[in-house]
Amino acid sequence: MVEKQPIVNELIDLVKMQERVWVRGGGSKPSLSANGGEIQFDLRRLSGLIEYDPGEYTFTAWAGTPIKEIAAVLAEHQQYLPFDPLFIEEGSTLGGTIVANTAGSGRYRYGGVRDFLIGIQFVDGRGELIRGGGKVVKNASGFDLPKFFVGSLGRYGVLVETTWKVFPQPFDYANIQVTYLSAADLQQASFALATSPLEMDVQDWMPQDDRWVLDIRMGGLPDVIPSRLERLTQFLNDHSQPVDFLIGRGPEETAKWRDQNSCRWQPNDTILVKIPLNPQKLTELETIIDRYPRRYTAAGNTAWVAVDTLDHLPRQLDAVGLTGLVLRGDQLDEPIIGRRKGMPLAQRVKRALDPNGVFGEV
Amino acid sequence: MDSIQFYQRLQQIFPDKRCLTRDVDLLPYESDALTAFRAKPAAVVIPENEEEVIAAVKLCYEAGVPFVARGSGTSLSGGSLPIRDGLVIALNRLNRIKHIDPEQRTAVVEPGVINLKITEAVERFGLYYAPDPSSQLICTIGGNVAFNSGGAHCLKYGMTSNHILGLKVVLPDGEVVEFGSSSLEGVGIGPDLIGLFIGSEGLFGIALEITVRLMPRPEVYRTVLAAYRDLETAGNAVAAVVASGLLPGAMEIMDRLALKAAEIAVKAGYPAGAEAVLIVELEGEKQQVEAEFVQLNEVIHASGAYEIQVAQNEAQRAKIWKGRKGAFSSVGRLSPDYVVQDGVVPRSQLGKALAEISRLSDAYGLDVANVFHAGDGNLHPLILYDGRVEGALEHAEKLAGEILRLCIRLGGTITGEHGVGLEKRDYMPELFSESDLEAMVAIRREIDPKMIANRGKKLPQGEAPALSSHGLHPLEKKGVISRE
Ligand SMILES: Cc1cc2nc3c(=O)[nH]c(=O)nc-3n(C[C@H](O)[C@H](O)[C@H](O)COP(=O)(O)OP(=O)(O)OC[C@H]3O[C@@H](n4cnc5c(N)ncnc54)[C@H](O)[C@@H]3O)c2cc1C
Repeated sequence: MVEKQPIVNELIDLVKMQERVWVRGGGSKPSLSANGGEIQFDLRRLSGLIEYDPGEYTFTAWAGTPIKEIAAVLAEHQQYLPFDPLFIEEGSTLGGTIVANTAGSGRYRYGGVRDFLIGIQFVDGRGELIRGGGKVVKNASGFDLPKFFVGSLGRYGVLVETTWKVFPQPFDYANIQVTYLSAADLQQASFALATSPLEMDVQDWMPQDDRWVLDIRMGGLPDVIPSRLERLTQFLNDHSQPVDFLIGRGPEETAKWRDQNSCRWQPNDTILVKIPLNPQKLTELETIIDRYPRRYTAAGNTAWVAVDTLDHLPRQLDAVGLTGLVLRGDQLDEPIIGRRKGMPLAQRVKRALDPNGVFGEV
Repeated sequence: MDSIQFYQRLQQIFPDKRCLTRDVDLLPYESDALTAFRAKPAAVVIPENEEEVIAAVKLCYEAGVPFVARGSGTSLSGGSLPIRDGLVIALNRLNRIKHIDPEQRTAVVEPGVINLKITEAVERFGLYYAPDPSSQLICTIGGNVAFNSGGAHCLKYGMTSNHILGLKVVLPDGEVVEFGSSSLEGVGIGPDLIGLFIGSEGLFGIALEITVRLMPRPEVYRTVLAAYRDLETAGNAVAAVVASGLLPGAMEIMDRLALKAAEIAVKAGYPAGAEAVLIVELEGEKQQVEAEFVQLNEVIHASGAYEIQVAQNEAQRAKIWKGRKGAFSSVGRLSPDYVVQDGVVPRSQLGKALAEISRLSDAYGLDVANVFHAGDGNLHPLILYDGRVEGALEHAEKLAGEILRLCIRLGGTITGEHGVGLEKRDYMPELFSESDLEAMVAIRREIDPKMIANRGKKLPQGEAPALSSHGLHPLEKKGVISRE
């Protein structure tokens, strides 16, 4: 393995010398890399697993490590990052996934990037190497900088090293697609599920022609999956008006979610935007985006929409009090669009970690 | 502003009965559950709404008077200890549950709401609030937010931070900021300010309104108790359960001394002669749990346990947990005083850590009982001492310090859930480098330029009030609450 410390030192020197520093990770979310500047540091040089003890259910790796590499090692021990990091196939890295906060369908059950990242090391805007969190799964010392860096878009520092907790991966999965006549019908089913004890790993929603599909993934022990599926079907029949059920198992099922977590449904030449929401705002959001290809993950709590222009979306989102993040397809000075919250607090942290704006504005 | 003007302004905001300044009225606020420390504040105010909290914070900022937010004062690390001559802002009357949304599984609550009250309010929808500190009968959600509190059932779905979606806070200079949302995504876009605020131990201001995530109540529980002839085998059993790919809701260990105490106090019926017992609980959907239970049984039977008890019904499950949850206060029956530590070690180092604690216990001539969250490596050694004996507290604190250093050496941390507070701040430089700490101080200074919010806590600085021993929390003595 290449000794990484000199590379870290190079990064530190760069930050200390330059007025503005642009870095890139795997390049799977082009809208977030180098908005206008020239890349001076390629984080993929800081790549590789540093520490992994399967019995410990944690690992430490350089921030530029492609997640695909990590996922393969974890899989050998039947372990995984449950939140389904996006764009693994496209080369997404650990660091990029943190700063863009790109969790896929698996976010639904056990939480997102923030819930599995336990330690970081980063170079701040003054060129200091700083550690936050640690290597154990529970830690109340210091401020929780690992969580703060999730979604930070690299504007507070450059991540160098990351430590994660992982979970045992279910031995088997099944997928059940339930078709409804309308979004309202689907929501009725979802709301009933919300207070039921039935467990699912994924609950996606997607419009299909003029219908809506509730797309559920359930993981667990192979022996009981059939009876759990049966029970779920029964529950949905009792509590909603499904018009169709489609069950998927085996390798095809796995491939389906792999495609899904690479957003393969996004048409070429479109702009992919992530929009978190309370699903009770679905109708409002739908009036804005209903002519575009789109999908909802986490039981309607995150919308992913492929638009062909950003001319109106920022203003429209702002009007309904929502925020969006442009991930792919366009380069804006500011990939965050719509309503922003908590700015006074974010700006204070910015002044502390990057007083001279080496990593741009907040 | 001089102190007379400060008092006058305070009295314009708060009526006399909610602005305490007389010594007798201040007494109950002079310490928290780390009763070894004590400090007299200038005044205690008891706001009834968020406007009053904001007004009090603004006044403190203007006058440069330090303040401490206080929930129920159950902090075990001196977190809610007053700052000498500062203001205590007691939040217990901000105890409204403002909104429950069963479909979205969220509730919006004020900071003074008692942890367990949230579950009580949402139970009728089949929901509950998951993090369960064993002080949950009295501790507030605001205190939980400040410490990122955990509990026995945080293995699968996480601690407080994993269950908070939105916050409205007043920063230490009086600016009010809202972040997060009622979406399951919480912050979702932009830096995770919720994550940053949770666990900040009151240094970043006061949480005024909290949006919590609720969970559907698990359909079934399967609880197993296994007894071992030595602690190490119990520790290895934890590793075996984890390695089997199971993800239990709780995994807890109690050692001989803790068992003895629990047996005296609640007669939990734990196996006689055990050096350690392990409690493992599976939770979730019925079919899945039953299948997992078969697997768990195999692992436990192969783990060297000499006796295995399986709860056959809810009453038996409750009995197992009663002993576990009551273990700490029961220890009060074995010893007049104790200090509890909260270090974390990598799970693979549990056996080594416990052996070393036992060695230290012998070397110091002090009994140490262990009751802990084995599933996540969070130790809770209780160091027993007699506060009436001159120097005994200092001796116990010294042993506690050695245990913290042990946790650091083994690759862990000094606190898993009780916070750094006043008690452990001097160990921070052993855990973090100078530049790590400088970054924390820099953030703190930007958020709180006058450093008035919970001054002297968490970060290594300032002067601690002299140590003096005062025994257990009054409610602990009555057996209402217990430490975990
Ligand atoms: C018997 C016993 C058992 C315990 N068991 C556990 C356990 O199982 N797990 C666990 O994690 N802890 C446990 N604790 C510790 C304690 O109960 C928790 O830390 C709890 O979260 C404190 O809540 P509180 O309302 O008492 O807060 P306080 O002690 O009043 O305050 C704690 C900290 O929070 C700050 N604070 C309070 N309210 C706010 C607010 N609204 N905004 C910002 N800051 C605020 C205070 O300034 C202080 O720093 C136990 C304590 C006791 C005494």
